Amino acid sequence: MNQDVKSRLRRTMMFVPGNSPKMINNADLYGADTIMFDVEDSIAVSQKDAARIMVKYALKAIPFSCETAVRVNHVTQTPFGIDDLKAILPSKPDLIRLPKTESVDEVRLVTKMIKEVEQREGFPEGSINIICAIESVRGLYEVRAIAKEPRVIAIALGGEDFIADLRTQRTQRGIEFYHARSEILMAARDAGIQAMDTVYADVANLEGFRQEVTDIKDMGFDGKSVVHPTQIGIVHEIYTPTEKQIAHAVKVLACYKDAVENNKGVITVDGKMIDGPIVVRAERIVAQAKAAGILTEEGCKDEK
Amino acid sequence: MKNKAGRELPDHIYGLKAYRPYEGLFVNPPEPVPMAGRTLRIGRPSSNKVLPSLIEAVEATGLRDGMTISFHHHFRNGDYVNKLVMTAIASKGIKDITIATSSLNDCHDFLIDYIEDGTVTALETSGLRGKLGAYLTKNPGKLKRPVIVRSHGGRARAIEAGEVKIDVAFMGVPTCDRFGNATGRMGKSACGSLGYAMLDSRFAEQVVLVTDNLIDGYVFPYSIPQTDVNYIVAVEAIGDPEGIASGILKITKNPIQLLLAEAAAKVIEHSGYFKNGYSIQMGGGGSALAVGRFIREKMLKQQIKGSFGVGGVTGLFAQMLEEGLFEICYDTQTFDTTAIQSLRENPRHVEISSSFYANPWSPGPIINDLDVVILGATEVDLDFNVNVITNSNGLLMGASGGHSDIAAASKLAIIVMPLIRGRLPMVRDRVQNIVTPGESIDVVVTDRGIAVNPRRQDLIDNLRKSGLKIMTIEELQEVAHKLIGKPQEIALSKEDKDIVAIVEYRDGTLLDIIRKPL
Repeated sequence: MNQDVKSRLRRTMMFVPGNSPKMINNADLYGADTIMFDVEDSIAVSQKDAARIMVKYALKAIPFSCETAVRVNHVTQTPFGIDDLKAILPSKPDLIRLPKTESVDEVRLVTKMIKEVEQREGFPEGSINIICAIESVRGLYEVRAIAKEPRVIAIALGGEDFIADLRTQRTQRGIEFYHARSEILMAARDAGIQAMDTVYADVANLEGFRQEVTDIKDMGFDGKSVVHPTQIGIVHEIYTPTEKQIAHAVKVLACYKDAVENNKGVITVDGKMIDGPIVVRAERIVAQAKAAGILTEEGCKDEK
Repeated sequence: MKNKAGRELPDHIYGLKAYRPYEGLFVNPPEPVPMAGRTLRIGRPSSNKVLPSLIEAVEATGLRDGMTISFHHHFRNGDYVNKLVMTAIASKGIKDITIATSSLNDCHDFLIDYIEDGTVTALETSGLRGKLGAYLTKNPGKLKRPVIVRSHGGRARAIEAGEVKIDVAFMGVPTCDRFGNATGRMGKSACGSLGYAMLDSRFAEQVVLVTDNLIDGYVFPYSIPQTDVNYIVAVEAIGDPEGIASGILKITKNPIQLLLAEAAAKVIEHSGYFKNGYSIQMGGGGSALAVGRFIREKMLKQQIKGSFGVGGVTGLFAQMLEEGLFEICYDTQTFDTTAIQSLRENPRHVEISSSFYANPWSPGPIINDLDVVILGATEVDLDFNVNVITNSNGLLMGASGGHSDIAAASKLAIIVMPLIRGRLPMVRDRVQNIVTPGESIDVVVTDRGIAVNPRRQDLIDNLRKSGLKIMTIEELQEVAHKLIGKPQEIALSKEDKDIVAIVEYRDGTLLDIIRKPL
C-alpha cells in the first residue's frame, strides 16, 4: 500500500450530506483535509438512491481540491450498501468509509469489490482505500483484526451509535468514550494506521469542542470528524505545532539529513540523542506546519 | 458615442439634459460658478412653525404641479414618511412631482400607484429595489424621463451645483423642538446620523420636518438647525423602529460569508496598508460585519491602531472606537441601536453630511483620505467594472450608494462576493450595468479565488506572501465557467424610448444606460 495514503494529513474529515447539491458544490471551500460525502445515516431512506446518484456524479464532475471519502450504507446489514458501492466506486473516491464495522468479512467483501472496479476501470491498484468506523462493542472487540486488513488506512470512532450500544449518554468530560478511544488508538497504532475521533454535534458550543479536540489530540488521535465549517479552523489550530516545536523539528530534520549525508555517527540536537521515532515525529510536525501555512528556515547548529 | 468605460451612449435621452460622457475617475471638474443656494426669506419673531397636519404643511409650502421634493432614507425599510407625505400630496390632486430622494427601499413599492396615476413623473435616487424596481425596469416611459441613479457623493455634488433644485424637502426627524432644531439621536424612531438630511436642509427652497417626538424643550446638539426649517408636523409614527435600527446587527453565521470575510481580512492584512494610523470603511451587510470582526482580531493581536473609520456605522465599529482601536468615527448613516448610542455618548463618534462624506466637488470629502474599503457587488467583469444596481437579468434591485465614491477615493478598494450565485457566474465578460468603473477597483475576493487588478503590481507582490489563492480575473471567470458553463447574454431593447434609467457618475458625467430587457 502506498505509504503516502497512509500518512496523509487527515486532521479534519467534514461530513457533507450526499443529497444536498449546495453543500456538495461548496464542500472543498472550507479547507477540510478530507470531505466525506454521506449516503448513510444523515440521509432518509426515501432519499438513499438520490444521494447515491448525486455523489456518483459529483465525484466525476467536480475536481475537488482535497481528499474525498464516501460513507456508504452497511454492506450486509442494510439493502443499500452494495448498490452504493456499485454506483460510487467507478467515480473513484479516495476513501470508502464503512459504518458500524464489526468483522473482517465485511472489509474483505468491500476490498474485493474495490479491486474488481480498479481492475475494470484501469485505476492504479490502491487508488481506493477504506476507513472503518467502530460504532459498537462487537466492532470494538474486532478492531485489532479489522485494523490489519490491507486496504484499511484508518479506524474511526462512531460515537453516537457507540454510546447507544453502551446505554449511556454524552458528557463533556467524555468518560463514556474513554475505553473505546483507547482501544481504537492502540489497534490503529499496532497496525501502523491512523485513528480518527468522533463528531461533536453541538456546533454552537465552540469551547466544549475546543476542549474535546485538545483532549483527543493529546491522546494521540490523528484527527477528527467535523460536521460544520466553523469547526475546521479550531481543529487545525489545535493541530498546528507551536513555533518552538516547529523550530525544533526543522532543526532535527536538518541535523539528521546532515548526519546521513556526511556519515556521522550519533546525532544529538540540543543535548538529546536523535533516533528513528524522533525523526518521524519531526517529519509529522513539519507536515502539520506546512499544512497550516507556516514556513520557517533554520539550519543545523549542533555538531559532533 | 462610447464613453471611457466602453459603454455606448445615445446622443440624446428623452427628458434629460445633454450629458458629458464619463472620461475617467477625476477628470470632470465643476464650472467656476458659485454654489447653489435657496432664496432668502424673512423669519418673523414669535412665528409658529408647527402645523397640525401634513396637508396643511403641503399647502403652506405652496407645492404645485411639476415641483421637486426630496426625502432621505435614514429609516431604511422602516420608513413611513415617504408614504405619509405622498398621501397628503396626492390628496390635494398635485401631479407631475419629481422625487429626488437619497434612496428607496422595498417599503416604497406603493409609489407604483402614484406613478400610474401621474402624481409622480420623475425619480432621482441612489437605489431602486423590490416591486418598484421591477416595475420600472419593465415599464420605461411611465415616468416622463429615465430615472437618474446617483451615488451619495454624486447627489451631494448635484445639489450643491444646482443641478437638482429641491423645492420642498420633507424630512423625517426622530426628535425636534418647536423651532425646528432636530436630531436623529433620540426618540422612539431614533436613527442616529441624519447625514443625508443635513445636506438637503441647507439647499432645499423649503424644509418640512416630520416628527413623532416634538418636544417642548430645546434640542441640542442638533443635526438640522432651526434656520433651515420652515414647517414642522407631528405625526403618530415616522417609522417602524424594527425596520430602522433593530438591536445589534448580527454577524453572519453563513459559512460562505465567513469564508469571504476571512479572505478579505487577510487581503487587508497583507496589502501593505494594514499599519498604525490606517483608515477603513466597512459597510453594514452581514459579510461586512464579519470582515470587521476578523479585522478587529488582527488589530488586537498585532497591536495596530487605526486613525478613522467612516460609513455606514454599525455597533461593531462603535465597539472598536470605544476600545481605542480607532481615534474617530465619521458617521453618515447609523445602522443599529448600539451605534446610535455611541453617536449620542462618544464625542469621537462624529455625525457628518453626505457632502462631507463623499462630494467630489468639494476641497476634501473625508473619503479622500480613506485607505481601505470593503464593498459588495452584484457582478464584476473582466475589466473590474462593478454592478450593484441591476442583477444578471437586468432588473433594478440594488443601490449605487457610496460605492463608486469610496472606490474612486480610497487607496485599496476590495470587492467581496461569491463567485457563483444560483447557477450564474458573477464574473462576466461585461457587467450588465456599470456603477463603479474598473479603474477604481483593486481586488475582487470570491469564495473560489482572489483577483487583483493588473494595474496594482504592488498589491500582487504583497499578497503573494499571504498564502491566498491569487489569480487573474480571467482565471477566476474560468473557474466559474468550468463548474457551470457560460450563460447567454440577455437581450436588451435598443430603442431609446426603452431607457429605464441612467447611471450618472459622481462627477456628473454619463457612465451607463439601463435599458429594458426584452
